[in-house]
Amino acid sequence: MHPGLNHLLFVSTSLFFIGVYGFFTRRNLVTILMSVELILNSVNLNFIAFNKYLWPHRLDGAFFTVFVIAIAAAEAAVAIAIIINLYRSHQSIDVEKAEELKY
Amino acid sequence: MSGSTIIFYLLAALTLVSGFLAVTSRMIFRSAIFLLFSLFGIAGLYLWLQYEFIFAVQIVVYVGGIAVLIIFSIFLTQKSGEELPSQNRSRRILSALAALAGMLLILTQIYQHNFVGSTEKPEEVSVARIGSQMLDVTDQGYALPFEVVSMLLLAAMIGCIVIAMRSSDKKQGST
Repeated sequence: MHPGLNHLLFVSTSLFFIGVYGFFTRRNLVTILMSVELILNSVNLNFIAFNKYLWPHRLDGAFFTVFVIAIAAAEAAVAIAIIINLYRSHQSIDVEKAEELKY
Repeated sequence: MSGSTIIFYLLAALTLVSGFLAVTSRMIFRSAIFLLFSLFGIAGLYLWLQYEFIFAVQIVVYVGGIAVLIIFSIFLTQKSGEELPSQNRSRRILSALAALAGMLLILTQIYQHNFVGSTEKPEEVSVARIGSQMLDVTDQGYALPFEVVSMLLLAAMIGCIVIAMRSSDKKQGST
């Protein structure tokens, strides 16, 4: 059976919930950021699959994917700046140890 | 089973297996490398769907940019040879149950729903078409989001510099 829309949606749903599982279990900020990247990637795959199989005469899904990738890059850069700053002040990037909102 | 089908299943398996190892591996550097393979798998799926431009963007931004950024931040903040502390079992089981329940809910919705596609003639996804539509100001154009994203990237760049800058005047004595 040739893979169609449902196969791609299965892949993206599985990847999304793999990311959610990592987001729940990890306690380290860098690994949490990696889980968030997996979640964003699964959403991009959804957009492209819907564009390919349901809306092939327009390019809206491809544009959404490009903009999501740009925003994800900005988000990752800001998150890593925050992580490095937190490491400087606390010598740890464990979320359980970052419990004070002090500069 | 045609070659295209086999390639799809190989790419899907690469994406899911390395994505799963990326969130479960206790060695943080290995976890970053598995994330890199998972991003490669997604890029391969874009190429399989014949979206070559998105494939190139995915490789350049994710594999070349974000993965390298994550590896750098691991080297700056972790002892990458050591294992991460393991989570207690009840939290892992509850997280897995929550993720599986959500996945089953979404998958039953997907398989019950009958998707109705448009019947118009599909058009070719060329880079020239993406470029001209990206900077178009008519109804189908994406000029406004393009400009907004450029402002966002500028703001993120300035924000990163401000956040990560060592404030030398205040902490001169302490650092």
